[in-house]
Amino acid sequence: MAGKTLYDKLWDDHLVKQRDDGSSLIYIDRHLLHEVTSPQAFEGLQLANRQPWRLSANVATPDHNVPTSKKEREQGIAGIEDDTSRIQVQTLDDNCKTFNITEFGINDIRQGIAHVVGPEQGLTLPGMTVVCGDSHTATHGAFGCLAHGIGTSEVEHVLATQCLVQKKSKNMLVRVDGVLGNGVTSKDVVLAIIGKIGTAGGTGYAIEFGGQVFRDMSIEGRMTVCNMAIEAGARVGMVAVDDKTIAYVKDRNYAPKGEQWDQAIAYWDTLHSDEDAVFDAVVVLNGAEIEPQVSWGTSPEMVIPVSQAVPTLEQAKDDVQRNDWTRAYQYMGLTAGQALSDIQLDRVFIGSCTNSRIEDIRAAADVVKGRKVASSIKQAMIVPGSGLVKQQAEQEGLDQIFLEAGFEWREPGCSMCLAMNADKLQPGEHCASTSNRNFEGRQGNGGRTHLVSPAMAAAAAIAGHFVDVRTF
Amino acid sequence: MKKYTVEQGVVAPLDRANVDTDLIIPKQFLKSIKRTGFGDNLFDELRYLDEGYLGQDISKRPINPEFVLNQPRYQGATILLARTNFGCGSSREHAPWALNEYGFRTVIAPSFADIFFNNCFKNGMLPVILSEEIVDQLFKECAEEGYQLTIDLEAQEVRTPKGDAFKFEIDPFRKHCLLNGLDDIGLTLQVADDIRAFEEKAKQVRPWVFQDIQA
Repeated sequence: MAGKTLYDKLWDDHLVKQRDDGSSLIYIDRHLLHEVTSPQAFEGLQLANRQPWRLSANVATPDHNVPTSKKEREQGIAGIEDDTSRIQVQTLDDNCKTFNITEFGINDIRQGIAHVVGPEQGLTLPGMTVVCGDSHTATHGAFGCLAHGIGTSEVEHVLATQCLVQKKSKNMLVRVDGVLGNGVTSKDVVLAIIGKIGTAGGTGYAIEFGGQVFRDMSIEGRMTVCNMAIEAGARVGMVAVDDKTIAYVKDRNYAPKGEQWDQAIAYWDTLHSDEDAVFDAVVVLNGAEIEPQVSWGTSPEMVIPVSQAVPTLEQAKDDVQRNDWTRAYQYMGLTAGQALSDIQLDRVFIGSCTNSRIEDIRAAADVVKGRKVASSIKQAMIVPGSGLVKQQAEQEGLDQIFLEAGFEWREPGCSMCLAMNADKLQPGEHCASTSNRNFEGRQGNGGRTHLVSPAMAAAAAIAGHFVDVRTF
Repeated sequence: MKKYTVEQGVVAPLDRANVDTDLIIPKQFLKSIKRTGFGDNLFDELRYLDEGYLGQDISKRPINPEFVLNQPRYQGATILLARTNFGCGSSREHAPWALNEYGFRTVIAPSFADIFFNNCFKNGMLPVILSEEIVDQLFKECAEEGYQLTIDLEAQEVRTPKGDAFKFEIDPFRKHCLLNGLDDIGLTLQVADDIRAFEEKAKQVRPWVFQDIQA
């Protein structure tokens, strides 16, 4: 019998019941909640007179539409100027109080983007099943977790039953061999993978990221990669547990201590695919060939190395793609064959659950130090992923580097990644963004998003246009 | 939940691939704390010429006459026909809520994004996967005004006016729930004893997972 993949092991260890019809009941260890996808679930619980199955499985924090300006944040929820946002954040607060769920409220130092907060607090631990009503939940797969996004009905289902009805996905291995070049980051790796397999390439699969590049990568970097698994169509992305994982988790607030820690390590050590495990699909990339990436279009798969030009229709694989690209040229205001450096940038956003951790902020600061944001850039903002990331960066003096260069230094939240708060693009504006989606209207109606790494975004802010950070 | 058995209705063709959930229902409408009220803002950025916001009076908004759903012939459509990877992007269930409330209980496409696909079933909706060739054929046929399809879930069949019948696959559990309008949570709670037994075993192997975090 062939060995098991990491995904197989996680699945088996959480299988409550297998039904005859092929569906399974899977146990959920950790459930993260935020203000946008939870209110209707809590309402459903109340209407059915149900209680959360296991309170300690749940942790909430508002992130999607909290304001990031100091002025609004100083007054807590009452300070949120937008009525609908304020009601939503207040509703989360009220629901957590009603049901007695732990919440890191708007001005708690532990507040932040759910996918930054979970790992930071040790609420995300290796081998857990982690869900959240947000598609970027795959982030937690960086710890060898089985983690994926769910809809609101499933949020309610998890609250009420601590389980989900699931169908097992197929196994895909994405292996990146070799060593990355200088200036090439985890973001470039995941964008290159999406560029290769396409935005539906991972649909129906759980992806394990393996190979030398991921072994060498920091935990923050692995989170960036797993975070974007969904942009390749896979709900689940993960990396095997190793010493780096365990070192990251050790001494976190909610990490096990003492005897339980030793027991945990023994278990976590098993969380990797067996040598003889069989994957349904294998994709291989050479890390040394990956360049810094820039997305040019309106889907994360419309991405190219910084040295290349916007592709022409002759390069499209079929009519469906030709239609897609034609619409993307028009929406993005680009012409086929145009150089990326020709694009006039208006705003720069460094933040989001993809790239707002301390390592991301340090990488941006390294590029920015001693330089100034180009006068043609209307706004360049840094939005740390959590209150603790912000505090850490300030202790390292990074905020001063950004402020001196002309960046705005904001309060933590999802911010301009999805423009549910006041941080958004105006129609037609181009933005170099470290977020995860470049869909039409994602960062504001008519806004034009270019996905890049924090270092590339920082360099673009200084130059006013895209440059190759390796030679900047 | 409303049962899904046989549905017959007008087909609206949305001829684009990778329709994402931001396109189906833009983020500003996600601020609602209700489950209803999203139908008016389905495909908001394509349907209207101005920028929409939550709670707006839509009767005063300029509509985009080019957009397929605004054409008189597709009024009252209940079946949406689309291209590959429909519903990609975010996990927002507001996307199926918006489609459902607008009147689409059925979406036909060659492929769907996983989370969207899953969310449909929780709302008594049926995402139907047909091959690219068949979907292509349906796009051509529905150029005819008043074109209707019949979706027969029991038979797992899409029937055309010309008499073609295309089979589709569906998970037996999901089919059962749709046909009978069953609530997932109620079904899962029927095996509450199994869940408790699982927890007792798991507490031995992975006690740290069950730590009380409320202290």
